[in-house]
Amino acid sequence: MASPLVFSQAAMNRPIGFVSEERGALLSRLSALPKLRGVTAAARLEMRPAPEMVSAGIRAIDTLTGGLPRGCLTEIFGPASSGRTSILLAALAAATQRQEACALVDVTDAFDPHSAAAAKVALDRLLWVRCGHEQKPQDQERHDFSRANKISLRAGTLASKRKIEGPVEQALRVTDLLLQSGGLGMVAIDLSDVPLKMARRIPLTSWFRFQRAVENTPTVLFVIGQVPCAQTCATLLLKLQASGKSVVGPLSLVLGQGVTTNNKQRTTPPHAQLLHGLQVEGELLRCRMERKPSRSVNAAFITKMPCAG
Amino acid sequence: MPFACVFVPDFPVEALLRAETELRAQAVVVLEGKAPLQKVFAGNEKARRGGVEVGMTKLQIESCTDFVLRARSPLQEVAAHAALLDCAQSFSPRIEDAGDDAILLDLTGLEPLFGPLPKIARDLARRASELGLEANVAVASNPDTAMLAARGFSGVTVIPAGREAEQLSSLPVAVLFVGAVPSPTLETLDRWGVRNLRGLAALPDVALSERLGQEGIRLQQLARGSISRTLVPVEPPLIFEEAVELEYPLMLLEPLAFLLSRLLEQLCARLGARALATQELRLQLELENGWHAEDDCCASPALDPSDRRIFQRTLRLPVPLLDARIFLKLLQLDLKANPPGAPIAKIYLSAEPVRPRAAQSGLFLPPSPEPEKLELTLARISGIVGEGSVGSLDILDTHHPHGFRMRRFAPAEPKQVEPHSKHISESNSSITALRIFRPPLRATVTLRHGKPSHIVCSKQIQGDILWVAGPWRSSGDWWEQEGWSRDEWDIAVQAESHIALYRLVHDRLNGRWFLEGNYD
Repeated sequence: MASPLVFSQAAMNRPIGFVSEERGALLSRLSALPKLRGVTAAARLEMRPAPEMVSAGIRAIDTLTGGLPRGCLTEIFGPASSGRTSILLAALAAATQRQEACALVDVTDAFDPHSAAAAKVALDRLLWVRCGHEQKPQDQERHDFSRANKISLRAGTLASKRKIEGPVEQALRVTDLLLQSGGLGMVAIDLSDVPLKMARRIPLTSWFRFQRAVENTPTVLFVIGQVPCAQTCATLLLKLQASGKSVVGPLSLVLGQGVTTNNKQRTTPPHAQLLHGLQVEGELLRCRMERKPSRSVNAAFITKMPCAG
Repeated sequence: MPFACVFVPDFPVEALLRAETELRAQAVVVLEGKAPLQKVFAGNEKARRGGVEVGMTKLQIESCTDFVLRARSPLQEVAAHAALLDCAQSFSPRIEDAGDDAILLDLTGLEPLFGPLPKIARDLARRASELGLEANVAVASNPDTAMLAARGFSGVTVIPAGREAEQLSSLPVAVLFVGAVPSPTLETLDRWGVRNLRGLAALPDVALSERLGQEGIRLQQLARGSISRTLVPVEPPLIFEEAVELEYPLMLLEPLAFLLSRLLEQLCARLGARALATQELRLQLELENGWHAEDDCCASPALDPSDRRIFQRTLRLPVPLLDARIFLKLLQLDLKANPPGAPIAKIYLSAEPVRPRAAQSGLFLPPSPEPEKLELTLARISGIVGEGSVGSLDILDTHHPHGFRMRRFAPAEPKQVEPHSKHISESNSSITALRIFRPPLRATVTLRHGKPSHIVCSKQIQGDILWVAGPWRSSGDWWEQEGWSRDEWDIAVQAESHIALYRLVHDRLNGRWFLEGNYD
């Protein structure tokens, strides 16, 4: 059976540069072809609207990244004492001050409420989920209230069917529930103290699922960790490290990399010394909002101890 | 003045069928009395057609396998009667409690609100059906005529004013004596050959009075539909409780959830009929052998053995809700986390009524979770991480470093904000956050000139202390057993490729050193 002609002979001989009626007729013929049915011409593809950006609570980060994108996954990573948690608290404070309800999935139960209060996080709008506390049996098919069943459970007859859940698995399940529930302005996952081996073992499908769940919602999904875990699913990827360059204030000096103190001189007794804060440098590694791949750009900011004012 | 009567035929059977609707198509017989002297107390229409009569023994009934036998449940009858009152109260504020199975309503002034009288009667029947009771509804110009019509005619009956005698004429005389012990008057009328109300109404007044006295005249006026009286209104209390007595003890969660679903639907229908919602659900399970203290988080060792047979769970909601499916899921999750320790014999479920939530949403309100979804999500999360590990925080008024308390997460309703708020922050700094090690990490510290100079804590955290600040001494609660006294140091330790800052604490009460957290 002969296939229908898409181009007439006259049209084939005509030079490129159709008048609009001919172009329209051609597109309609093409779209009627069985093989091309349902395929949208590239010219007609719509641009995905740019996500709404919200403040991260620190001007340097906002300037560097343009803010945190809603409906996207933002990942910040760095070693211990690199300012990850400080950025998280600043972002939570900004979100809760916008009257948004936020959730923090604390994988290693490391959240300090006093630091959060000092960072002006509205604690009544923050849902804190502390993982790793309860080891719940999974795949328990029946809940039998009878004494006999309880004894058999104690004796371990069903022990082989039980699976003990670790904090990371708990965190993934909780995040899933929170994202599906919706209505939260920010869902933050704190993987900072999770061993690298375990963090890398989180399946990529989980991150894809989170990315899909958060898409087209006003929720900011925020992940902090030691290494990048979400890989290609992260719309914004920021690397943090303690800065080793500058000195903050005339009375402070740099200790190693980025730790600023108010030591007047090295001979000052320790009780007269004070940890002033951290000087943090952020490097933008990936930003999907731009058409071309972003260059590696840096920004620096300071964190202050609550007692330093 | 129109009146309506809602009458539930075979009330003891209907009360049981509310919890077991699948039996509605079968012949159900309700037995009363202690074994082996159980006798038939009531039966539905199918059972009567099968030859069952009130007063038959259980042995006689058991000879036929087609009947479903159930023990009479006073608890379920009380709940069904309360449901009937709620049904009537949802239409009229003036109602009279005319027995367990019948309610009289004053319909005066309701026509502009609910439509004409036939529609009101149909709506009453439908509302009763929603509450699990198949009822006869009759509307008449006086309460007694409405009552007789509801008892005599099935379905919905509307008797126009002035045609009471004509409409009632076909009813048997026995309808006047329903619910009472066999009356000698009924026997007399039977001997006279008076079989229906038409015959009774046609008897001469004086002759009837001479033979049966004032009772005879009253019965004749009832038969003619000409008697009139005022209603005795009652104010039903706002108690919403449903109960089920089980034939056999329940041992699995799935059948319990099935029954709870029924009870919740009935409870929600009753609350809905009164335009109410609930913020607190109480589940009480009567157990067969008593629960065991190690199985129940709410267990109190001071309870006496009779209380040990009662297992209670209370579900408190942040906002008034009226959704049986959400309640069921919450109860399921709660029971999964806290199972009763023994087979269940009786189930009581009650709801604390409150006014429903009135919420006005706005276009520019910041995102906030729906209370219904949030409650379910929180319950599910509690099932994963434990009950005390999810919620929001309250900072306590203390200098203790861990002075905070978890509480239920219930974010306040957001207020109107500007649609285009700034997305660039004005501040270029943030608070240095502390990450707490829970539990704190024990450390071995070497002192030099009274200050820490070397630390060994774990493989990752050990070595010379590069910088130290402190100590900062604090203490508190010395007047209690949980007193504390400590010295805090901020230290910098070389990690693999960077310097990490920690808070080192020396417990002055037991002399131990530990790392409390990490500045990040």
